[in-house]
Amino acid sequence: MDCILQPWPWYVSGPLITTVMLLLIYFGKTFGMSSNLRTLCSIGGAGKYADFFRFDWKAQRWNLTVVLGAIIGGFIAVFFLSDQTPIDLNPQTVTDLSELGFKQVGQTLLPPEIYSWDTVLSVKGMAILIIAGFLVGFGTRYAGGCTSGHAITGLSNLQLPSLIAVIGFFIGGLVMTHFLLPLIF
Amino acid sequence: MKFLKFLFVGIFFGIVLVKSEAVSWYRIFEMFKFQSFHMYGIIGSAVLLGALGVWFIKKRKVKSIEGRDIQLPPKNRSVARYLFGGIIFGLGWALAGACPGPMYILLGTGVFSMLIVIAAATLGTFAYGLLRHKLPH
Repeated sequence: MDCILQPWPWYVSGPLITTVMLLLIYFGKTFGMSSNLRTLCSIGGAGKYADFFRFDWKAQRWNLTVVLGAIIGGFIAVFFLSDQTPIDLNPQTVTDLSELGFKQVGQTLLPPEIYSWDTVLSVKGMAILIIAGFLVGFGTRYAGGCTSGHAITGLSNLQLPSLIAVIGFFIGGLVMTHFLLPLIF
Repeated sequence: MKFLKFLFVGIFFGIVLVKSEAVSWYRIFEMFKFQSFHMYGIIGSAVLLGALGVWFIKKRKVKSIEGRDIQLPPKNRSVARYLFGGIIFGLGWALAGACPGPMYILLGTGVFSMLIVIAAATLGTFAYGLLRHKLPH
């Protein structure tokens, strides 16, 4: 039981993610979490404004069900399958983040410096979450997929477009992490 | 009950991503700093095994659970949309520390401020839908 409660190593987690992808393929679908954002737009009536949202969103109910499951899975993992082990980060990562003003690095999944309500309810904190979310939502649809659709499914299917997208993910991520985060924090 | 299997896949996915710490902002930061193999190991082993699985499905012409041929449609050829879209996504990914899957999972872990990120991501997708014809693809 201990090895379930402790964090799982990469060589267990990676193959389990493959299992998720292959199960969805076996069920006749494809693994792609960002498509749900488009579905949410359609349900909200975005079809009135752009043809991109005029599609049969009911055919996507299976994917919304995966989302519901993912929410439940997150709940189960944190409240029943965790022993609150801090994240075993590289000490250099902890030092780098301390220099940016982050405290108690790795004690929780997310930094309170970004996600605590105290931060979120400040103008800067709210702006960070809105800008970050907007970039993710815009970028993923422009690129036609996210980490699940391109990095996992697309690369597994040896798709060159997915490789280009993943290279793009990394260019953006490196610029944010190395140049922009030090300016923001 | 045909949705039940998708619910279970989702639950499994959520548990794996929390237990692997792939939903952690800190892990994403560490990855982009090249300071740990952890995330590369997760994505790398998932893709390696995934490629083997997809190859097997194609070679053996495995049928889906409903007995249909399994289709894995190739992505459209382009560079601009994948590169530009990818860069925009990457900027947001490294700032939020969460991509579209983990956003929902983290909501389930009790981080309700994630609702703001999800709402903003939905707005971002809406903005893309409005501007789509004006963007290079």
